[in-house]
This record gives sequence, structure tokens and C-alpha cells, in this order.
Amino acid sequence: MSQTRKEMLVDPLVDNNPITLQVLGICSALAVTSSLQVAFVMSIAVTLVTAFSSMFISMLRNHIPSSIRIIVQMVIIASLVILVDQVLKAYAFEISKTLSVFVGLIITNCIVMGRAEAFAMKNPPVASFIDGIGNGLGYGLILMMVGVIRELFGSGSLFGVTVFETVNNGGWYVPNGLLLLPPSAFFIIGLIIWAFRTWKPDQVEEREYKIQVVGDH
Amino acid sequence: MEALISLAVKAIFVENLALSFFLGMCTFIAVSKKISTAIGLGISVMIVQAITVPANNLILTYLLAPGALGWAGFPEVDLTFLGLISYIGVIAALVQILEMVLDKYFPPLYNALGVFLPLITVNCAILGGSLFMVERDYNFAESVTYGLSSGFGWALAITAMAGVREKLKYSDIPEGLQGLGITFITAGLMALAFMSFSGVKL
Repeated sequence: MSQTRKEMLVDPLVDNNPITLQVLGICSALAVTSSLQVAFVMSIAVTLVTAFSSMFISMLRNHIPSSIRIIVQMVIIASLVILVDQVLKAYAFEISKTLSVFVGLIITNCIVMGRAEAFAMKNPPVASFIDGIGNGLGYGLILMMVGVIRELFGSGSLFGVTVFETVNNGGWYVPNGLLLLPPSAFFIIGLIIWAFRTWKPDQVEEREYKIQVVGDH
Repeated sequence: MEALISLAVKAIFVENLALSFFLGMCTFIAVSKKISTAIGLGISVMIVQAITVPANNLILTYLLAPGALGWAGFPEVDLTFLGLISYIGVIAALVQILEMVLDKYFPPLYNALGVFLPLITVNCAILGGSLFMVERDYNFAESVTYGLSSGFGWALAITAMAGVREKLKYSDIPEGLQGLGITFITAGLMALAFMSFSGVKL
């Protein structure tokens, strides 16, 4: 094990972020970011499911025949998601209504499966658990960033608390309705990726076609 | 009948699984580099979606819903909490069966679609379709329509996306936006375009 535990936790936040670099788990992520509170709950749910599923799969890794490993992983993940779903329904019914199908979709969230397959099948339980937490937090970080932008500029509030008084309530801020609609999430993620890659130029993808520069001889 | 057509139009254009619910995004971004592969994947998703949504509808009505086990003598049993695990099991099993059937009886189709089929089990659009069916209380006829048309909508979106990306690779894009970044922004613009269908009512 070359990585220290701290590296395993911090690495997925920026350097190896599951969303911006590995393109995992965007499936269910974007639809829940129009309000920060929901995005927060979703991030916690995904972090817990990733961490515990990685841990359990890693505990069982020497007993799972490789031909049926996908289905075993699915069963473990699905059981954990059912647990999360039931807890949300019991203690945060309003939020679970807003999240609707997206709690269930954590099952097919590629981050959970991806970490199970790529990390937990080869590493001991504690390391897998930390790796799961790290990746869950990396996912949560992007989700929160998108959530802050969308809620602050789309409805002038954060966590439902008014920051900018909107015009409808006699304030000065004209909310940008586009930010509450689905397409804005795509734009924001695209721009966040751009920012990340300007900051860390080694993440930039190779061009398939180089544009030939004419002149400057 | 009219209600079904209206449901289909809504599922294809207005509530497109890929562009307004972000479902199946991983594959939507990863497999949309070439039109031919995008069409292959789109068709496989449509087939699997059209089978799994009605199948899960039957499972819900006859096994899981409150009182559904009345025929077996357990009228007060409510198994809806087992929903998630049963749906994903049904999806995984059906994809496996479909793969075997195609391999045995339609080898050319299997060769064309084979690589995509395992990917479909973890495609959120498939599980999402089934979950929407549950949430919106579709009956059997509605779930057949919804499965077929939402799959078609997804196929349409990924094919269009691949078309855009095939042209896009020749253009001069800022370094940091190259690849993933510009793909997201393109998807956003497409989602805006699809939103203009929201006024359509039949």
C-alpha cells in the first residue's frame, strides 16, 4: 500500500475527483442540486453508501467468485440503499419526497460500483472504507458547489435562508430562473471542470485533432 | 388511447430521461463519440427499457404492493420496501437473458450490441424508468408505453449528442474545456432545446 490513509481521503477531492476526472456518478447527481439542502442530504447518503458498501465488499472479497461478483455487489449496495431510503422516509419525509427516485438511483450510481470494482475488490476493509468516504466527499464537494451556485443565484437563498432579498418579496435581487432548470446544471458542471483543469493543467485531455498554426515562422 | 399517445410524447420529448432527469449520464457522455455506436447503445437501451418497465410493473402489482399477495393467502403483507432490490434483480436477470437469447438466435445483432448489454444493467435510465413507473402509479398499458417511449427518447438524445460531437472534435476549444467540459456544455444546450417541447400538448 503506497498511499497513506490521508492521501486516500484527500486525493479524490480535487486531484482524482470522481465527477470531474473519472466521469462517474453524474447520473443521479445533477437533478438534486437545485436546492442546497437536498444536495447536502444526497451527498451524505452517497458517502455513507459508498463507504459501507466498499467495506462490506472488501470483507467478502476473498469469498466472492468472480463470475457472480457484479450481482453480489449489487445486492450489498441495494440493501444499503434500501436502508438509507427507509431512514429518510422515516425522519426526513419532505426531503425524501423531493429526492424521489434519486435515492433509489444511488444503486446504479457509478461511483459506488466503480469503487467497489476498482478498489474494494483488491484492498482490505479499513482502506476501502476510507477510500469510499474520500470518493463520496469528492462527489459531495462538486454537488455542494453546484448547489450553492444554483440556489444562491436561482432563488436568492442558501439552505432555504434568504441571502439576497428577491424582487417578489420587495427586495432588490431579480432571481435567475434558468438556474433552477435542468440545463443550468450542465453548464455549471462544464464550467467547474474548466476551472479545475485550468488550476491543474495535467488533467487536460489530449486533442483528437490539432489545429495547424499558420504563420509565425 | 389518446392518453397513451400523450404519455409517449411527454416521455420522449418533454421529460426526456437523459436531458431533463440526467439519467444514464455516465454512458451518455462516455459512449457518444461516434454515431454508429451511439445508435447501437440507444437501440439496446430501448429494447431493455421496453421489457423491464412492464416486467417490474407486473412484479409490483402481483407481488410487492400492499395486499398484492392476497392470492397466496397473505392479504395484509406489504413488501414495497423490497422494491429497489427486486427491480435491480429483474433488470440484471433480463439483461443476462436478453444477451443469451440474442447470442443464440440473432448472432449479427448480438455482435453489434454485445458490448453494450452488460453496461445497461448499471445504466440509471433503466432503473430510473422503473422507479418513475412506480412513483407515478402507471398501469400495465401505460408502463408498456412509457418503457418504449422513454427508451426511444434516450436513444434520440444520445444519437443527436454523438452527431454534435462528431463535428465538434474539429473545432478550436480552449484547453481546459477540451473533452469532458465542452461535452457538458453541449448537453446543456441540447437540454435547453428539448425544453422548448414543454408547451406541446396532445
